[in-house]
Amino acid sequence: MTTLVTGTAVEAVPTTSWRRLTARIWADRGARVGLAIVVLFVLLAILAPVISAMTGNGPNDFHEDKINKALGGPPLGAFGGISSEHWLGVEPVNGRDLLARILYGARVSLLISLLATAVSVVIGTLLGLVAGFFGGWLDAAISRVMDLVLSFPSLIFMIALVSVLPSGDRMLLLILVIGFFGWPYIGRIVRGQTISIRHREFVEAARAGGQGNVRILLREVLPNLLAPILVYTALSIPANIGTEAALSFLGIGVEPPTPSWGQMLQKAMSWYQVDPMFFVIPGTCLFLTVLAFTLLGDAMRDALDPKGSH
Amino acid sequence: MAAYLARRLVGLALVLLVVCAVTFAIFYLLPSDPALQACGKSCTTERIDMLHEQMGLDKPVWQQFADYIGGIAGGRTIGTGELAVRCDFPCLGFSYQTNRPVWDLLLDRLPTTVSIAAGAAILWLLAGLSTGIVSALRKGSFLDRSLMAATLTAASLPVFFTGLMALYLVVQVAEWLPFPSYVALADDPAGWAQNLILPWTVLALLYAALYARLSRSSMIETLAEPYVRTARAKGLPERTVVVKHGLRSALTPIVTVFGMDVGTLLGGAIITESVFGLPGIGQLTMDAINKSDQPVVMGVALLSAFFITFFNVLVDLFYAVIDPKVRYA
Repeated sequence: MTTLVTGTAVEAVPTTSWRRLTARIWADRGARVGLAIVVLFVLLAILAPVISAMTGNGPNDFHEDKINKALGGPPLGAFGGISSEHWLGVEPVNGRDLLARILYGARVSLLISLLATAVSVVIGTLLGLVAGFFGGWLDAAISRVMDLVLSFPSLIFMIALVSVLPSGDRMLLLILVIGFFGWPYIGRIVRGQTISIRHREFVEAARAGGQGNVRILLREVLPNLLAPILVYTALSIPANIGTEAALSFLGIGVEPPTPSWGQMLQKAMSWYQVDPMFFVIPGTCLFLTVLAFTLLGDAMRDALDPKGSH
Repeated sequence: MAAYLARRLVGLALVLLVVCAVTFAIFYLLPSDPALQACGKSCTTERIDMLHEQMGLDKPVWQQFADYIGGIAGGRTIGTGELAVRCDFPCLGFSYQTNRPVWDLLLDRLPTTVSIAAGAAILWLLAGLSTGIVSALRKGSFLDRSLMAATLTAASLPVFFTGLMALYLVVQVAEWLPFPSYVALADDPAGWAQNLILPWTVLALLYAALYARLSRSSMIETLAEPYVRTARAKGLPERTVVVKHGLRSALTPIVTVFGMDVGTLLGGAIITESVFGLPGIGQLTMDAINKSDQPVVMGVALLSAFFITFFNVLVDLFYAVIDPKVRYA
């Protein structure tokens, strides 16, 4: 999944052109579609309890009258039991409402991937800034650690860590573990950009003016890196949504009965022959969210790409 | 070149040693006791103590680590007394749950994973590169825009979704192919390919999309370079310009990513293997994790770290061969 991010060289952009940038992003039709889908899913996730109350189906209410017990539990009715009561049908065996589970699952997917991205971005930005700005042994040490983390098979380590660590709070654990394996990507970008601007006139001017290192980093260097950081953030959200779903699919995501899309797909695997809607629905949601965030990230990158090569 | 190679190999060994240490720390300092697992449910304190001693778990951590590294380098006998087992080079530990050395377990599963990864890699390189190059050469055209829309779609589809879709449509509804199961290449080459074609396609679809996007932007960037304009200006045929001047340097970032991706997949195409039920390294990992068979999990982690770093070195060597600047840097 990381290949989405590599090979995107985004230059630092002066903050004064923010308005032009947003205009350029808005002019991209893909970006508008992406934004619409993202907003839709975020709203659905936030409104999950409201919508669930409206339809009268909670995410964990069993509806055993909606399934065919004689056949081992497939939903009654066509298309996975879609009806006026259950807009997306019901889950096999226990008849839980798929719409409610999809909505609550959206909360899990979005929350974990957004917070994991935040973790990588914060660690990566801080360490990248320090490495690029101070250079010397600090840079060497941080760069080595980044190389090392990148040479770890991240999925296997995530699986191993999540399953070995005490799971007091599985969600927090997932956020930290996914976030941890993502920071070197942005760390490298920030480090490179910091090196390219640390000797620019405005930084020298600030130093000549007697400002301290921390102040220069936060007030002079960091604002100039916001653009590449934002692009990276936008592009790593879909990657993290995919990772969270993959971990849930492998059975080490959030613990049941809390729903998540990956976990629904895992359950659907043993039903794909009889009840294909059960995997099509969460799969489509996953596809749409990943697509939407990628469209947004692409548009941001294109707007910031000085060579206009995309 | 020899000095460069030597330097890179020492670097590789160092990285692996650190990966070993970190992996070891994660699995042996975390709160779960291999002796307790080997002992089973009805276990007395005395027996646990005895097992600790026999499995060498009462030794200091650094001593255990040194034993582990020594085992990888030259094999060792693990434990004493009734639990003593011989574990030959390269000893990656012993799985008490399956009663076999970890290395043997890995060797059993490796052919499946290599088959999946190699077939998929060939497919996605061919499809991804050709799509990317065609798109770059026709930048902005209808063809380019349709291809890029298609790759964007494919890149957003998770393997477990496309996998289930393929199983449903191709195996269940159309009945074109049997449900994949692993057949050894040596036993039945045609059956091997027939069973793997679905996993290959599903896995390659995602990567081909990513590679198409990457190669397109890399190609466009290269074709805008002044030396490409020069090549055109001096009247070289378009084909030479595109292939020799353009593609050659546009390939650089792709080779880097390719090394990473193949290395990662060889450590277990976990998702693909679990969707299609193929008995590769990925499935071994999931089984080991579900049964808390720590030595196996650790062995897999090390093996895949090895593949990733090894392919990184291979990629760097490849650069050193094609670009003398790298060698002397």
